[in-house]
Amino acid sequence: MIWSDISRFNRTWDPWSELDRMQRLFRDLAVPAAAAEFPAVNVWVTGDEAEVTIELPGVDPKDVDISVVGKTLTLKGSRNPEEAKDEESYHRRERWSGSFNRAVDLPFLINANKVEARFSKGILTITLPRAEEDKPKKINVISA
Amino acid sequence: MATTRELQKKEAEMPDGVERTRPRKAYTPSVDILEKKDEIVVTADMPGTDERSVDISLEKNVLTIYGMTDPEQQKASRPFYAEYGVGDYQRAFTISEEIDRDGIKATVKNGVLRLVLPKAQAAKTRKIEVQAGA
Repeated sequence: MIWSDISRFNRTWDPWSELDRMQRLFRDLAVPAAAAEFPAVNVWVTGDEAEVTIELPGVDPKDVDISVVGKTLTLKGSRNPEEAKDEESYHRRERWSGSFNRAVDLPFLINANKVEARFSKGILTITLPRAEEDKPKKINVISA
Repeated sequence: MATTRELQKKEAEMPDGVERTRPRKAYTPSVDILEKKDEIVVTADMPGTDERSVDISLEKNVLTIYGMTDPEQQKASRPFYAEYGVGDYQRAFTISEEIDRDGIKATVKNGVLRLVLPKAQAAKTRKIEVQAGA
C-alpha cells in the first residue's frame, strides 16, 4: 500500500532533479565576495550628463587608461601589491590586486571631446556629457 | 529603479548594544597585514578618506580605524547604476602587547591607509643559543 504510494509519488516528483534545482538556486544566491569586480563603479545621471565614480584606492591615476567609444566608457589599469620579501609574511591579504579592464555602458552617446576626469582620495570621477546629436529634439507644434 | 549590487563592501559589524553616532553606513575596509622583521604593516583600502578624516585609536590592546568620507557623491541626481555604497569605514583589531605604541605611524595616500606598527625591542626575534649540557 505504502510502496505503491511512493512509486506513484516518484513518477510525478523526482527528488534528484529537485535537489539539483535547489543546488543551482543556492549557487546563484551565493555572493561571490572574492570574485567581485574591481574597481567598483557607480553611475549617476542628471539630464544630459553622466557622472561615473570609481573606487580606485592605491592606484596611480596616471596608470589608468580611460577611453570612450559611443556609449561605452572603458577603464584599464592595474594594482600591484607589496610583495613579501624574505623574513616577511602576510597575515591577511584581502585587498584586490591584478589588472582590470572594465566597460560601463551609459544610456546615451557620449561627447568624447568634453569628458573630464578627476582623481581625489582614491576616487576617480569622470564627467561624461551627452553628445549633441543624441540629445532629444524638441519639436515645435505649429498651430494652423 | 537603480541596479544595486553592493558586493564589494561589507558593512562593519558593531558589538551588541553599541550604536553609531553618525547616521551613516560604515563599511569594513579590506586590509593586508604584512609582518616584517621589525614591524607590522597594515594597509587598508579606504577610498574617499584622507589624512584628516582618518582616526586611529589604540585603547588597551584594541586598535580601531575609523575613516570618514564626504557624502558629496550622493547629489541630487539619481543613481543609474550602483556597485558600491558610500559611507564611513570602521575596523578594529586586537594587537599583541609587543607593539611599540609610541612608534606607530599612519599615512593616507590615494585613499589607502598605511599603518606601521613597530615591534617592541623585546618582541624582536632573538636567536637563542643552545648550550651543550654538562
